[in-house]
Order: sequence, then C-alpha cells, then structure tokens
Amino acid sequence: MVVENGGPILVAVVVHDRGIMYSYVFFPRLGLTRLEVARRWFSINSTLTMTSIGTGYDLSASTYSPDGRIFQVEYANKAVENSGTAIGLRVKDGVVLAVEKLVHSKLLVPGVNRRIHTVDKHIGLASAGLLADSRHLANRARDEAVNYRDLLHSPPTLKSVAERVGLYLQAYTLYSSVRPFGVSTILAGVDKTGPQLYVLEPSGVFFGYHGAAVGKGRQLAKTELEKLNLAELTTREAVMEAAKIIYLVHEDANEKEFELEMSWIGDETKGLHVPVPKDLLEEAERQAKAALENFD
Amino acid sequence: MDHFPTNWGRPRNDAFDAYGTYPIHQRPVNDTFTDGVQRTQHPIVTGTSVLAIKYKDGIMMAADNLASYGSLARFKDVQRLHPVGDHTVIGAGGDMSDFQYIQRLLDELVTDEFAAQDGHTLGPVEIHEYLSQVMYARRSKIDPLWNSLVIGGFKNGKSFLSYVDLLGTTYTASTIATGYGAYIAQPLLRTAVEGFEETLTEEQAFKILENSMRVLFYRDARSINKYQTATITEKGVTISESRHLETSWSFAEGIRGYGPQTQ
Repeated sequence: MVVENGGPILVAVVVHDRGIMYSYVFFPRLGLTRLEVARRWFSINSTLTMTSIGTGYDLSASTYSPDGRIFQVEYANKAVENSGTAIGLRVKDGVVLAVEKLVHSKLLVPGVNRRIHTVDKHIGLASAGLLADSRHLANRARDEAVNYRDLLHSPPTLKSVAERVGLYLQAYTLYSSVRPFGVSTILAGVDKTGPQLYVLEPSGVFFGYHGAAVGKGRQLAKTELEKLNLAELTTREAVMEAAKIIYLVHEDANEKEFELEMSWIGDETKGLHVPVPKDLLEEAERQAKAALENFD
Repeated sequence: MDHFPTNWGRPRNDAFDAYGTYPIHQRPVNDTFTDGVQRTQHPIVTGTSVLAIKYKDGIMMAADNLASYGSLARFKDVQRLHPVGDHTVIGAGGDMSDFQYIQRLLDELVTDEFAAQDGHTLGPVEIHEYLSQVMYARRSKIDPLWNSLVIGGFKNGKSFLSYVDLLGTTYTASTIATGYGAYIAQPLLRTAVEGFEETLTEEQAFKILENSMRVLFYRDARSINKYQTATITEKGVTISESRHLETSWSFAEGIRGYGPQTQ
C-alpha cells in the first residue's frame, strides 16, 4: 500500500457483537487506530432481557422479529410505563377518570398540561405516556366524533370512537417511517348504551372494561379496582375511590410532586364530560389522604 | 377518450379542455356545466314570523309551529326556536331546510367549544357575530341561506337581542319581529315594550307576545294557532311546550260581501 500524502487509510470496518461499529484506520504517525463510528448498530436494551432483543429487528415497526413480535410497539409500551398512572371507573350511573399528573417543576402553573381531554360532549379521554402524543390522539378522536355526527346525525357511541382511534393507532405500527404512539389511552363516556370504558394501547387493540388502569402504578391500581363493587357504585362514590387509588399508587419515595386530575360523566353532569367540581375534588383529596394514613 | 371511469356514462362536457390544450388565457371559461349550477332562488318550505322582546329578567321569544309549503300548511309541529349553548336561543323564519343546516353548524360549533374545555363558553354576542359572518358570506356567493334569524340571549348579567337576515343585514333592538310580524306585530311590541325593558315582568312579557301572536294568527295566512315561547335569563334557557292560541271568530258572523254569504 502506497501512502502518497501521509493521510489516514481505512483498513477495515467491523461491527462488534455488542452493537458498536468500529473502523480500523491506519494513521501514518500513530499506527493502526480503532475508531468508534456508531453505537446501536444493533440496539442493546438492558431493560429487556428477552433473547431476541438486539438482533436487529427492533429499529423499525415494519419488520417482525423471527418470533413474530414488533419491538417498536413494545418499546412504545415502555414509554407508557414511565408515565404517571391514569385510571378509569365505569360504575352504575356514569364513569370517572382520574390521573396522577407528575409535576416536573415547582415553577409550573397549577392545572397546566392537562392529561384528561374532552373528545365530545359525552366522551372523555385520559392517557398515560407521551403528553404530546396524547394531545394529538385527542384531536384525532375529536375529528372522528365530529365526522360520526356529520355522517349519522347522532352522538357517537364510545365503541365507534374507540374503533376509529384504534384503527388510527394501528396504522402507526405498519411503517418504518413512523413511530407507534407512546400512549395508552382510556376512553370513557356515557352513550345510548349506558356508561362505557375502553382502553386503547399503542398496538391499536382496545378492550372494554369495568375498571381500567394504565401507566406506572397500573398493577397496584388494578388490584385496588378489583376490590371495588363497580357495578353498584355511584359516580360520586367512584370519585372518592378513584382519588384514594391515585394517592395510594403514587410512590412518594424520592418521587416528584403530583396533581390529581379528575373528570366525570353521569346523571349528575347531565351526561356531559366535565372536570369534577372543585369542592368535590378537594373533599376526595382529603378523604384519600386520610385513607392513606390508615393504610400505612 | 376520457380516462376517468367515474365520468363514463355521464353527460360529456366537450367545452371543457381536459388536457389543457388551450393556452390559459384562451381556455373556455363558460363550459356547458355552468348553467347546471343552481343556487337558491326562493325558499321552499317556510316558517313565518319570529317575535322577541326584552323584559326585566332577560329575553322572551315566540314562534309558531308551522312550516308551509307555499300556501299549504304542510308541517304543523316544527320547532323554530333552537337553543345554542347555555345562554342563547335562535329563532328562524324563512327556509326551514336552511334553518336546519344552520342548526347543525351551530351545534358543531358549540361541541367544538365544549371540547376545548378552556373555561370559555359562547354567548349570544359571539353567536350573533358568527351568524352574521356566515349569512353575509353566503349572500356574497350569491347563494344565500334564506332565513331571517333572531338571536336572543342572556350572559354575565346582560341581555342581548339581535337580528340577522339572508343579506347579512344586522341590527339590535329591544323588540324584534321578522316576516309578516315586522308589519303587524312590531308596532304593538314597540308600544308595549320600549321604555319598559327594565320593569316588564315575565307574566307581562308573555301577555304581550301572546297577544301579538294572536293578532298575527288573525292576519297572517301562513301562520297557525300553535306556538312556542322561549325565555333566556340568568337561570338559563327554557323553551316551552307548544301552546294553543285562544281565538274568537264571532265577529265573522257579521261579515258580508264575499264567500258564501253574498247578502
């Protein structure tokens, strides 16, 4: 090999089995040197211990892994797990949504960055995950609800909105150029078939529930929800229970501050999705704090 | 050859330059379909007058339940007073299909505003502004929504009463009457209401409207003796069930000169 101008010469490019790409370059003065060109040639995810991770099938939502999974969708669920808990209760005469909104700065104005959105007069949406994604999804859900009204001249059923939003979510699991939504969404409302509660996941699947929980504390919240006799509860009672659960699942060990955000739909709100009134919210918080002390 | 399957079997438009073969400035403008585009030339199924007055607690409105097909009393259970949000009622005369379209526009607007959950609600002033823009825009397209609309509302301690029509004309007043009522009922309303807006009770206001509706029923051949009233006050919006007008026709006994009694 002839070195004419004394510049470096690329000798080899090697992909290390840990997913780091190296190039071996010969510098006339320094000799053979190893340079790191890129990391995550294959991704290394320490949080997942599945053997198929790191095999190159997790960079695109458009490719299955050999055992039939779509890793990008599973990573989207990871984004959801990092978020504050959101729960929904479907009870006798309505539904209640509650969210543990983690406040990342003391400088934030209270009540800002809402995680419960209104889709239609009678439909609310609470989400866990990336807030920007959930806002986009709420906007889409609103458009779908308006479209349904235009088409059929009647208020949309929860199921119809869930189906449409589910389809939208699923479209983002098909292409390499997009990323799946990093949110799990609780759709709640009262329609002509009565109180309804659905959970939509990043994959686009949705199921109806009596009680639902998504986000960080969902496991504990689910066990607490199972203890309740949801079919017999009134919405007013459900507000109290929802507040208790959110306070319970909030891990206060070196955890950030949180705001309790709650909304409801029922006979008391004339079938409208509105925030729980201030006085009732304060009462629910008071009871929740009291219950928490007894719990410990 | 037309390569668009959706056009196959439809009337052909030979004047249209599908392939852009003419220079832009020579391209045929008035193609054969120009005459096929039609706009509303006249209303079809119509409602007659709407009456509205200010009174002590807010606004009271009245409109009968008839939708006429020409001179035929075609639909006798049509509600012509429509609530918009929590503070406003609109009443409509003129084309009832255009009115139904306006109702849908407003319902969508109210739903959108509700979904924003930003602590604001639409009041009568906003509804009036929106409608005046819609009506004027449509008349400017020479495709008007053939209605005269009355907007009555009460929000933040203030009552509001206004008028918008198919030309985009607007005004506010303490008494408003549209259609035939503008000739027959308006003078009655003015004498009864002007100067007494802050003192008239709900009962008095109702008597004034009831009496005007009765006069209209006697005089207006496109009216019916079945009507509804709406009140918009601090407490919100209420629209009554259909009311029946008591009328007396005994005076007709003495009328001579036409009809079956010639002498």
